Amino acid sequence: MKFATKLLHGTSCFDPVTGAASTPIYQASTFHQADLDRPGAYDYARSGNPTRHALEEAIAVLEGGARGFAFASGMAAISSVFMLFSAGDHVVVAEDVYGGTYRFLTKVLSRMNIDVTFVDTTCVEAVERAVTPRTRGIYLETPSNPTLKVTDIAAVCHIAKAKNIIVIVDNTFLTPYYQRPLELGADIVIHSATKFIGGHSDVVAGLAVTKDAELGEQLYFIQNGMGAVLGAQDSWLVMRGLKSLKARLDVSTQTAEKIARWLANHPSVAKVHYTGLAGHPGHQLQSRQASGHGAVLSFDVGSRERAKALFDRVTLPIVAVSLGAVETILSYPAMMSHAAMPAAERERRGITDGLIRLSAGLEDADDLVRDLEQALEGVEAALSESKSKAFSGA
Amino acid sequence: MHLETKLVQAGVGRDTITGAVSFPVYYATAYRHPSLGQSTGYDYTRTANPTRKVLEEAIAEAECGDAGFACASGMAAIHTVMGLFSQGDHLIVSLDLYGGTYRLFEQVLSRYGLQFSYVDLRDLQAFAGAIRPETKAVLIETPTNPLMQITDIACVAGIAKRSGLLTIVDNTFMTPYYQRPLELGADLVLHSGTKYLGGHNDVLAGLIVTKGAELSEKVRFLHNSIGATLGPQDCWLLVRGMKTLALRMERHQSNALQVARKLREHPAVTDVFYPGLDDHPGYEIQSKQATGYSGMVSFRVRFSAQVGPFLENLRIISFAESLGGVESLCTYPATQTHADIPQKIREYVGVCDRLLRLSVGVEHPDDLIHDLIQALDASLVAEGCRR
Repeated sequence: MKFATKLLHGTSCFDPVTGAASTPIYQASTFHQADLDRPGAYDYARSGNPTRHALEEAIAVLEGGARGFAFASGMAAISSVFMLFSAGDHVVVAEDVYGGTYRFLTKVLSRMNIDVTFVDTTCVEAVERAVTPRTRGIYLETPSNPTLKVTDIAAVCHIAKAKNIIVIVDNTFLTPYYQRPLELGADIVIHSATKFIGGHSDVVAGLAVTKDAELGEQLYFIQNGMGAVLGAQDSWLVMRGLKSLKARLDVSTQTAEKIARWLANHPSVAKVHYTGLAGHPGHQLQSRQASGHGAVLSFDVGSRERAKALFDRVTLPIVAVSLGAVETILSYPAMMSHAAMPAAERERRGITDGLIRLSAGLEDADDLVRDLEQALEGVEAALSESKSKAFSGA
Repeated sequence: MHLETKLVQAGVGRDTITGAVSFPVYYATAYRHPSLGQSTGYDYTRTANPTRKVLEEAIAEAECGDAGFACASGMAAIHTVMGLFSQGDHLIVSLDLYGGTYRLFEQVLSRYGLQFSYVDLRDLQAFAGAIRPETKAVLIETPTNPLMQITDIACVAGIAKRSGLLTIVDNTFMTPYYQRPLELGADLVLHSGTKYLGGHNDVLAGLIVTKGAELSEKVRFLHNSIGATLGPQDCWLLVRGMKTLALRMERHQSNALQVARKLREHPAVTDVFYPGLDDHPGYEIQSKQATGYSGMVSFRVRFSAQVGPFLENLRIISFAESLGGVESLCTYPATQTHADIPQKIREYVGVCDRLLRLSVGVEHPDDLIHDLIQALDASLVAEGCRR
């Protein structure tokens, strides 16, 4: 079955009792037990809810894993997965990991005596060097947020396999439509389903998929034990979004590519990060391990002053945190997604004061380009005006 | 303002645009920034959501605390609070405890070097004696689940304060309608909002209420960083449930008292545990520290072989996990809520295989009593036949 069909028919998504084409929302916290000796499939909604279960099965099928899990947020998925490790364990983590993950690892998990080494995972040798006898996990984000560095998933998994290390991949940016890390050797895939999977800026959710059943059983214990599960209504919304994932990503990716090419030729733009551009250092690798480049790009306008002027002038994109929605979203990583990271760490990772992240939505691509064009022109005009004022003042 | 009024008024007048009396469900995950560096107060829903805020302020006000936090489940609330502690820290916890909490502590958090001692907190000397240099907090469930043991919150909190410990109270069974631990000296209150606060067996939720700016800020950081937050629809359902909390609690309680009295008259029952019975060992403390006794009743049948037939013969009362809803539920702790506690500990505490827990709903009391009596009668007959 092809991916587009799998999105709709990968699991039996209709209600067996009524035939309803959309899975019902089971807003029940508890389930009647008919027999003391034969517990039913569901007893308490934290342990299992039919609506959540339908979503969990759907994502497992799409990622090609044994078992799926739905969490209250992407961070709840990430923090739950990290609970697979114990005090004294060591984890190697991609250095330009999402700011919220960085905060959780350095401010919460560190107090539980889990050592984390941040490395540039685009360099496989650096990953290998960082591995110690206590290393139990490697955590990747590829392409990374927001500078879109590409890590060779298969190569990292190869190192890990020999040493019995679990590889976890945050697949939020590409989704299983473009990239399936479990097929490349990873053990666990994580999603902020708030992004492309939900796709409508209307639900906060996290997902995780394990490759094998045994790891699935361990993660199930943690999901149920810690209880950071996704509610029934939200599970339904994520499933609803999932059905149009391919249709949305096809359009958004085309738009992102068009905008990236246009920005790359614009004199006011110092740098464009998009793996679909042939000049991007990760272009070849990305084209090999994924079937698309996704809808997120970032570009550098040179300074905070210029970035602010641009944000004030755009009319179509929403200026907000988050990404992966039907609406185009512009974010300012230095103050938003990566605000939790110290300035020096940020700069070292290329998250400069002039960097802007764009997540392409479903608006017409020409409208978006025109909007960015007028905004960038306005920035230049405003800055040259203020400069000439400064001269005349002197 | 009285609690009933506070609860009913939650969110009223907050929607200044339309005047909607029921505050809207904000499904937005992202919020448009007016300009770079400016925020409406909402940036990303995990950090703050307008609907969740109504709920968080309502529970903080009801518990007389400074800040409230809504989590994906009661266990998510407990887990989030445990993020306050670091490797090597030690906590003292009620001996008779919800099985899910015990499982989280023993099978997950112990791997991170947190240590837990389970102490009968009715015994203040035992509590004081369990305090070590690395002890950071005491976690009280009162009444305990399922044996309804009563801990003197003010006494434990007093000892805790002198020893520099945080006092955390799981107030799920009583709700702020009957008991407000923060007013008795506790620092932090936990709820499984799934239970009485939601009250309709239809939403899974957890709540945290903190006292003091510093503790509130720490929990706010953990709540956002760990991310086990509650979705907006569930927040709205919980607020909706809380508006009728007072009415429901009164009915739960009066039904529970009638059920408890009838149960002890039945020959198939050996023990009844309900803190509202005036010969319950915790009755005096409960009457002093709370304004009511809530709707949870546990009881032991004479023979474990009665349990199966009893549950099968119930007609109105559902055999299901959970509690605190309008529908009456009966739970068998040994295999359900407390299955994760080792049998030896379970039996030492008194959660034996003859113990049943009733969450008395708001049906007519005569129907509930009739259902229980016929099922108990049937269980005696079945047990007799087997002999």
